[in-house]
Amino acid sequence: MRGGGLWQLGQSISRRLAQADKKAVARRYFASEADLKKTVLYDFHVSNGGKMVPFAGWGMPIQYKDSIMDSTVNCRENGGLFDVSHMCGLSLKGKDCIPFIEKLVIADVAALAPGTGTLSVFTNEKGGAIDDSVITKVKDDHIYLVVNAGCRDKDLAHIEEHMKAFKAKGGDVSWHIHDERSLLALQGPLAAPVLQHLTKEDLSKIYFSDFRIIDINGATCFLTRTGYTGEDGFEISVPSEYALDLAKAILEKSEGKVRLTGLGARDSLRLEAGLCLYGNDMEQHITPVEAGLTWAIGKRRRAEGGFLGAETILKQLEEGPKIRRAGFTSSGPPARSHSEIQNDKGVNIGEVTSGGFSPCLKKNIAMGYVKSGSHKSGTKVKILVRGKAYDGVVTKMPFVPTKYYKPS
Amino acid sequence: MASSRLLWATRAASYLRISVFHRGFSTVLKDLKYADSHEWVKIDGASATVGITDHAQDHLGDVVYVELPEVGAAVAQGSGFGAVESVKATSDIYSPISGKVIEVNEELSKSPGLVNSSPYEDGWIIKVKASDANEVNNLMGADDYSKFCEEEDAKH
Repeated sequence: MRGGGLWQLGQSISRRLAQADKKAVARRYFASEADLKKTVLYDFHVSNGGKMVPFAGWGMPIQYKDSIMDSTVNCRENGGLFDVSHMCGLSLKGKDCIPFIEKLVIADVAALAPGTGTLSVFTNEKGGAIDDSVITKVKDDHIYLVVNAGCRDKDLAHIEEHMKAFKAKGGDVSWHIHDERSLLALQGPLAAPVLQHLTKEDLSKIYFSDFRIIDINGATCFLTRTGYTGEDGFEISVPSEYALDLAKAILEKSEGKVRLTGLGARDSLRLEAGLCLYGNDMEQHITPVEAGLTWAIGKRRRAEGGFLGAETILKQLEEGPKIRRAGFTSSGPPARSHSEIQNDKGVNIGEVTSGGFSPCLKKNIAMGYVKSGSHKSGTKVKILVRGKAYDGVVTKMPFVPTKYYKPS
Repeated sequence: MASSRLLWATRAASYLRISVFHRGFSTVLKDLKYADSHEWVKIDGASATVGITDHAQDHLGDVVYVELPEVGAAVAQGSGFGAVESVKATSDIYSPISGKVIEVNEELSKSPGLVNSSPYEDGWIIKVKASDANEVNNLMGADDYSKFCEEEDAKH
């Protein structure tokens, strides 16, 4: 879902450094340093031991003093606080904002109750994914969404282009990019009890995917009960001048149990939860059907179409996609993205798109794309790592059960 | 010689001159020899024991898998013979000395974390019958290696 090929970036840097002229590489990265954007919490991360790395044009903490293993486990046992201010929050306003957004995404936004949201996908003319995004209907004339940092420029250009055409035909829609706000994700079993200390609003009445504009720690925040870990939790869009106070207050109210958590653990958590990382598990040429997000295509949208690439996508729904995203567990070394997947006869059937060692399950997990038919749970496969084939099996996702807070 | 192993995250950070948290100085043992790719070798007669250094394991983080060579395989100084996988990164292991593998640490298949908890003792990786004892002259002693690590960290 959110981000941009973090691990590939790191690994390609090491490889390049091992081979290439060190000075040339150093110069290249020094030159980009000045361009790296910093969130308002940058100094706070550094003073808390954050190891800062470049990510989608931002300097972000990959981890803090805890190992990625401990940090991942702590988020599920207690809680984790993530700075995700690099992501781009956006409001669409105007009486026609719903028909406008519905042209670009697969969700039935019209059917959403005010104050609720859903995971959705921006599609291109071929039905491929431009980005994934959580889209919220604040009210009938206000949509709030958050897009990936790595996709910001292309997403905004895409939206802007369609907005111009839409307005030229008399449609009423305008946008506001929330660069005045920062975004914190508070995830894990302590998320709700800790956040409850900081707001008068009754959080037990706000369920998974719900959205409210409420006062938290003295600031007007956009609160969405969502996240990227599979745990219960919140994403809090806070005016940037209040972000540091809010981060400190959350950590303090948890009495040290909720810990600052970096991008490394975030990636482990989302993989354990079976969630896509855009750029790895979803790309321009992958449709939502292939990605296993058919559930995100609203019923009405399946009947009516009316979004970019609908023809391709509706045809795939009818005939079934040729490839599918599936989860895997495997023996041997952890599979990484681009590891080849073979059937038990040694014939290529696909490729891993994300993989690693699960800190919570203590075994190798991965996701990737295989030919339809080979995607069923229990199917035996071979995964190639450094030329050697290791036994793997298609495994249902999420790997770790999700704990979203839903009405019982 | 290119210094060929460091956790990429730290390395990326170092090339960006952005701050990295330091866990303090890593342990270095006097009687070992060190390669700039962060392996150590302990010469004991004809047998040479090889592992990765405390500095290396600290930068890698939790080791979850060690890919070992076969007994009998030939290794060459400066060439890769296996790999260490941490939660997120994969890192090649280079042999600090040439020769033939006479033993591999099978314990690492069950407990790869030994590389973290005991890099110089229980976390050893292979034993090699060295073909050229003079090769150790290409390696660093403890003091030089400590200085080498400090300099690498100082670049951050």
